[in-house]
Amino acid sequence: MTLRLTVDGVPYEVDDVPPSANLADVLRHHLGLTATKDACYEGRCGSCSVLLGGLLVTACTVLAADVTEPVVTTAGLGSVEHPSDVQGAFVEGGGVQCGFCIPGMIVAATDLLERIPDPTEDQVRRGLTGNLCRCTGYGRIVDAVLAAARARTAAP
Amino acid sequence: MSRGIGASTQRPDGLAKAAGTFVFAGDLSEPDMLWGAVLRCPYPHARLVALDVSPAFAVPGVVSVLSSHDVPGRATYGLDDPDQPVFTSDVARFHGEPVVAVAATSLTAAREGCAAVTVVWERLAPVVDTEEALVGPPLHPDGNLYRRIHLQKGDPDVEGEIAVEQSYVIGTQDQAFLGTEAALAMPDGKGGVLLRVATQDLHADREQIAACLALEPEQVTITLGGVGGAFGGREDMSLQVHVCMLALDTGRPVKMVYSREESFLGHVHRHAMRLHYRTTADRDGRLVSQRARILLDGGAYASTTGPVSANAATMAAGPYVIPNVTIDCYGVRTNNPPSGAMRGFGAVQVCAAYEAQMDLLAAAAGLDPLEVRRRNALSTGETLATGQVVHSAAPVQLLIDTVAEMPLPPPWSGAVEDLPGGPAADPARVRRGVGHALGFKNIAFSEGFDDPSTALVRLEVDASGRTQALVHCAAAEVGQGFVTIVEQIVRTELGVDEVSMLDADTLIGPAGSTSASRQTWVSGGAVQLACAAVSQQLVQRVATASGVPAASCLLRDGLVVSPEARLRVTLAEALAAGPVEAERTFRHRKTSPLDARGQGDAHVAWSFVIHRAVVDVDLDLGTVRLVQLATVQDVGKALNPLSVLGQLEGGTAQGVGFALTEELALEGGFVIHPTFSEYLIPNAVDLPMLQVVLVEQPEPDAPFGAKGVGEAPTVSSPAAVMAAMRAATGLPLTHMPVRAEHLAAGADVPWATR
Repeated sequence: MTLRLTVDGVPYEVDDVPPSANLADVLRHHLGLTATKDACYEGRCGSCSVLLGGLLVTACTVLAADVTEPVVTTAGLGSVEHPSDVQGAFVEGGGVQCGFCIPGMIVAATDLLERIPDPTEDQVRRGLTGNLCRCTGYGRIVDAVLAAARARTAAP
Repeated sequence: MSRGIGASTQRPDGLAKAAGTFVFAGDLSEPDMLWGAVLRCPYPHARLVALDVSPAFAVPGVVSVLSSHDVPGRATYGLDDPDQPVFTSDVARFHGEPVVAVAATSLTAAREGCAAVTVVWERLAPVVDTEEALVGPPLHPDGNLYRRIHLQKGDPDVEGEIAVEQSYVIGTQDQAFLGTEAALAMPDGKGGVLLRVATQDLHADREQIAACLALEPEQVTITLGGVGGAFGGREDMSLQVHVCMLALDTGRPVKMVYSREESFLGHVHRHAMRLHYRTTADRDGRLVSQRARILLDGGAYASTTGPVSANAATMAAGPYVIPNVTIDCYGVRTNNPPSGAMRGFGAVQVCAAYEAQMDLLAAAAGLDPLEVRRRNALSTGETLATGQVVHSAAPVQLLIDTVAEMPLPPPWSGAVEDLPGGPAADPARVRRGVGHALGFKNIAFSEGFDDPSTALVRLEVDASGRTQALVHCAAAEVGQGFVTIVEQIVRTELGVDEVSMLDADTLIGPAGSTSASRQTWVSGGAVQLACAAVSQQLVQRVATASGVPAASCLLRDGLVVSPEARLRVTLAEALAAGPVEAERTFRHRKTSPLDARGQGDAHVAWSFVIHRAVVDVDLDLGTVRLVQLATVQDVGKALNPLSVLGQLEGGTAQGVGFALTEELALEGGFVIHPTFSEYLIPNAVDLPMLQVVLVEQPEPDAPFGAKGVGEAPTVSSPAAVMAAMRAATGLPLTHMPVRAEHLAAGADVPWATR
């Protein structure tokens, strides 16, 4: 089947997609948009977290054929040259090691700060339970999210 | 230099990873690329009676189907002893052993091709118990004993007045790195192969791949693909030979990426162990003897069971002064999946046992658990169980005293969400426990192994007129931050701010494995040596050009200066005559093999560590809440304090997982839960913020005085959590990881034989 979807503001039309394809596979394999990772294919690890119509989802558990709203990945939130505040906070704060979980983690943290602009440490931890990280033990990630929140709150 | 050694600089690849542009091995692609997949044995032990691959070719898109008959060179591979088949040819010895590899135009077609292959198996009885395997018929022509170590220090018949004795069972932990195994192989057009792969040791892969492909090592060119975590699980090969064979057979690029299930089935795990300990002391709690019998489940093939057994044996007595030590350690073949490297490499399981023994001893002697450790703590100049004198910094006493001073958490807040069982819990049935564990981990390869590293440093003015240093080294960056400290070392040594790294590949000499907490020391040392050589050449050049004695010149803060000659030359000026480069190889000091009594200067150095865990346990539900975790670690010198903190937090998290939830469930050799739904690694709410104190006593032998820090946190954290749960429940808890049914008071649940 042919799918039309918008990813990070760019419209795509993609042919020959199996009807059963999930959004993670369409992003990575059909569109070559590898900013979104995959690590479990059962919605457990959060590596493929994206915003779909503004809602945080794991792309591997979304049927691609159902996608009608725009998709935002970490690549749509910022770039190496112009990182988002959350992306910058992760790097400055030592939240990145191997980095495989980080694209999904950034999307989840960005969503968290939209919902809770000034979270406590506990709220950050609860907000990130859907995203597994094997390298960091979460300490630097949690601190990075708190630092990003503080910077936003302090900004005029 | 402001961003040199000792600064908490940022990772050079951090922003690319955050923005999604960093290329992991699984993100690679090439035009006209095929996808590879592997068919695996569904049984832990079975004879391959018949194999017909022809139906796979009937699947649309399938291009190549390969099995054991197609392996051009050595039919087996392995790091230590190449006994693991590339493909099963007669008998499969573990659940997941590869049988056939397929290349097709899509991953789906490749998997369908695998499914179409006809295999007739004759199931054989699996042997999964190490005691049975030790005395049973051989599961492999090489027999069932990978290694036996008998270690004897002092008098085996001397014991103290107080004796404590206990058996321990340790389950199988998985590295569970998030980025599954991935590689892309291409023919090089000259009969050789180019491989981009997520690995820990490019040159060890190359040697093994070349042997299996019947190529010269130079015909196998390996470049590191972006690595999504490793933790030991990529030290052994997985898909490397398969993907190279498919590329050479088809003449096309072939990519392989494991699913999560394949990842669980396709790499080695941490050794399950059974340990029996008898520890004795005098009435003051001073250790007199330590006796242990240790069985390691090496699984179906050798991997690194030999050196893991040596680590377990040589560190089995703990970081303590003990006059009499007897250790009998056996690395055993079974039909469980192969065991190999995982962060801590044999030191983790024995720590869980010797630290439980220290708590039993404290109770028997009527001493505080920390006091009994203080009275026996190792220090510099003391002798280990191997007879090796500890020449390195060993601030064990200081670790104990420091953790004792760290504040304990407040009592339960009264909030339901702070109970281990949440709203279902009865607060009156919740108990708090505090536990400590002390541990140590050897750094770099041991037992006389020569594991050097080579680095090339080139100082130049680039096309835009910018002075920069280029570094080439084959050390695998797997997330630990080697790329960060390389920049810092170069800045400190050469005074140049811009540092970039070439891809890690096999076009330069080996850097050895990213394991054993060794790259900072060994490859960091190679980079430092190469910088020193570049500096010397540059100084010589400036001295010659200026007619000044070279001895009066030095490179300082990015300037070649001679105070006597009032000379001051910038790097850019000095490099105008052309770039300067040097390649150097670093070796740590020599170690020696263990003798027939397990004695010898087997290790290079050790990092010492202590953890304190505070837990709340619900006695009815068997649920646990980690209230606080504190650690003090001997790091030598923190080259990048932020990186060190990340290693301590991450390593501790893996240890906590091992104590509480992480058990690769095996039933009769079958891997029954190869998913993240059932193999549970800690998430953000499972862990409190780690309280950390670093002890910095520079290691005389090590570049910049830095000890490797990656593994020690995983050694003592599981034992500390176990101790805290024992303190909370009063139960012996001799099995790790613990299960809820073992924690629920009054429950007498036998440990299922697995």
